[in-house]
Amino acid sequence: MIAKFTVAERQWSLVLLVLTALAGLAMAALGAGDAMGVHGFIVLIVSLGLIFVVGGGLFAPEPTEDRRRAYYDDPIKLGLVLAMVWAVIGMGVGDWVAWMLAYPEARFDAAWSSFGRVRPVHTTGVIFGFGGNALIATSMHVMQRTSRARMAGQVSPWFVIIGYNLFVVMAVSGYLMGVTQSKEYAEAEWYADIWLVIVWVTYFVLYIRTLARRNEPHIYVANWYYLAFILVVAVLHIINNLAMPASLTAAKSYSLFSGVQDAMTQWWYGHNAVAFFLTAGFLGMLYYYLPKRANRPIYSYRLSILSFWGITFFYIWVGSHHLHYTALPHWVQTLGMTFSVMLLVPSWASAGNALMTLNGAWHKVRDDATLRFMFVAAVFYGLSTFEGSFLAIRPVNSLSHYTDWTVAHVHAGAMGWVALITFGAIYAAVPMIWRRETMYSWKLVEWHFWLALAGTMIYVFAMWNSGIVQGLMWRTYNEAGTLQYSFVDTLVAMHPYYIARAIGGLLFLTGAVVGSYNIWMTIREVGHEAKARDVPTDSEAGEPAVPVAE
Amino acid sequence: MSVKKRDPLTGHQTTGHEWNGITELNTRVPRVIWWFILVTHLYALIAWVLLPAWPGITGYTKGILGIDQQERVERQVADLRAARAPWRDRIAAATVENIRADPDLSAKVAETGPALFGDNCAACHGAQGQGGPGYPSLVDDAWLWGGDAEAVLETLRVGINADHPDTRFAQMLSFDGILSRDEIRTVAAYVQSLSGMETGADPDRLAEGQVLFMDNCASCHGDAATGNTDLGAPNLTDDHWIYGGDDAAIFTTILRGREGWMPAWEGRLDLADRKILAAYIQDLKGQAQ
Repeated sequence: MIAKFTVAERQWSLVLLVLTALAGLAMAALGAGDAMGVHGFIVLIVSLGLIFVVGGGLFAPEPTEDRRRAYYDDPIKLGLVLAMVWAVIGMGVGDWVAWMLAYPEARFDAAWSSFGRVRPVHTTGVIFGFGGNALIATSMHVMQRTSRARMAGQVSPWFVIIGYNLFVVMAVSGYLMGVTQSKEYAEAEWYADIWLVIVWVTYFVLYIRTLARRNEPHIYVANWYYLAFILVVAVLHIINNLAMPASLTAAKSYSLFSGVQDAMTQWWYGHNAVAFFLTAGFLGMLYYYLPKRANRPIYSYRLSILSFWGITFFYIWVGSHHLHYTALPHWVQTLGMTFSVMLLVPSWASAGNALMTLNGAWHKVRDDATLRFMFVAAVFYGLSTFEGSFLAIRPVNSLSHYTDWTVAHVHAGAMGWVALITFGAIYAAVPMIWRRETMYSWKLVEWHFWLALAGTMIYVFAMWNSGIVQGLMWRTYNEAGTLQYSFVDTLVAMHPYYIARAIGGLLFLTGAVVGSYNIWMTIREVGHEAKARDVPTDSEAGEPAVPVAE
Repeated sequence: MSVKKRDPLTGHQTTGHEWNGITELNTRVPRVIWWFILVTHLYALIAWVLLPAWPGITGYTKGILGIDQQERVERQVADLRAARAPWRDRIAAATVENIRADPDLSAKVAETGPALFGDNCAACHGAQGQGGPGYPSLVDDAWLWGGDAEAVLETLRVGINADHPDTRFAQMLSFDGILSRDEIRTVAAYVQSLSGMETGADPDRLAEGQVLFMDNCASCHGDAATGNTDLGAPNLTDDHWIYGGDDAAIFTTILRGREGWMPAWEGRLDLADRKILAAYIQDLKGQAQ
């Protein structure tokens, strides 16, 4: 990695690393005795380690070729590997939490292992660790290939990926130490949030600069979605995390918002994290890897436009549907509900566009598990967006809200859509990025596919049943006009579904482990001779060439 | 390279753009999409007309149905309350014994009691009232403050060691410093012998324990150690133990003392609910026996 840097870039990296090491040292010293001090040590150790890596290559010969003629894929490799590492961690913790809900003894009575601390490790691990790394890595692949241009930076892609993972590590380790802002999907404290802003703005600038140097007259749809993801997530993250630190040397802050305004800001953030992190970004993924793998043209450019602008416009309004029947004014709830319903059509238009693109390639869907991952993901996308709009209707919500139905809905989206499209994209990308002809084992991809699908189905059906049973039990009145069931009765009724859910999660996790093994063996090039390049190259760094304009 | 091609499969033209091999067809948006857009937007429009929806400068559109969620929930709560009032008023006015004797009211107790008990009592006393370590069973014959319905109703009202002004107050003293550890072991052995347990202590030691008991314990637990429901002092001659009846548990109880706690339910549950619970606990006891 360092051999491809110029001397100026190596020096610049060292300066940057010394600065982060100093920041880590300051945090460790000032925050001693607090979680912030521990985070300071983590930052310090990571920075020092990287200083050794960069310093070790400082005096290596400089690259001589014109680097603009080749694509830059090394940072993508790190991103993809980290995505799979986080997948196993995040899903592993998730399944542990699932067993804990069925058998509370699995909590083991330590402070760090309490449900409230471990659950955000699962959500942050899978959303930001697995999903985020996959999004950043694939976006770097897609932005270069669809722009026919090298990434606009040699150091910044590394900064984005390593810096982003440092944020996730600080977030996740903080939860185990009891650090939280009590905002769902935004639990990390103020200094981690500020760090993420720096990383994210760098990412945004990198993306824009790469697009600006593109050699294609038009910007491909996938880039619209990736860009919407980067831009809106920045806005959401900054506004929802506006807070006053209680002390500059401790991991504790107070939100700028209070009461129902706080709740509204949080769910404006929370729902648009679903919209722009878990939907827009992954639609970008879908729009590149699905037509590429199927080798079919996108069904309709016009549908792409309609669904992109529909999704970006309507989603921003709908966060209030998380707060039906609360202190939130009724009119805000009506707006959230109606915009959620209007959102259905552009969402289905995306799913339909993806499925219609497969026309003429259905035999490949049958034979190729990688493409099948993407096909099933599009189906689950359609399914969970329908369910989402349905659950946003107030009377429906009065049954579903606070029950496991919500959990079923989230996981139909997270496992069925987000994770499956990611696995499909990763299986498509890994051979390209590492210049292999195929994955190490297509049979293992098949195994992963069926494990993941079975796990998702068991999970989602268990939680649908559990949620609806729970919701109905909560509202059942007897003839006397009093509630029929106590809360404990509902727990007893949910217990078998909780076991089923944990088994479904275990299958899904097993699939992710199988996938990680397969990817690792592909990277190690076991059993392969031929090297495939998505474009031929004469680059001395082995980087694939940027095709010249015709 | 803006060359439009025709896709042989669908017959549609591409837009003429290409990105790393990916092309797009210029297919028209299917008519069904426009229909769906029309339907969902009509739904939204109708909802905006009927319901509170759009904000203005000083207020918001109220909607022609005039629905307000706060008003609505208050009316629903009031309606339910009114529907339950006839039998609940009768329960509030009757004694627990009369409630249990009245087939109509005891049917209401059977319907309402389980959820009320499950949501308010089961967390400590167990789903079937069977109790647990530190929490007394409600289905045996051992009662700290009396097991008849009116006594239970009073305990529910004021709690034990609670923040209610009339709360029942009971404390097992810590005998640390009052009795030596050896004396505590001796009196513990005596206490165990009262309920027929095999203690392995010789008669002299038991006699010594009895003397210690009379001097230190009998004032609350009674000379015969059968307890005193006026003081909340448990009977030590039965085989019901709240904190355990083995050597170590009794030793700890005497050494460190005990002070159980039960919340006062007056102010949290109304009189009818407390009477339903008092009656339901009698039923639970009956079912267990």
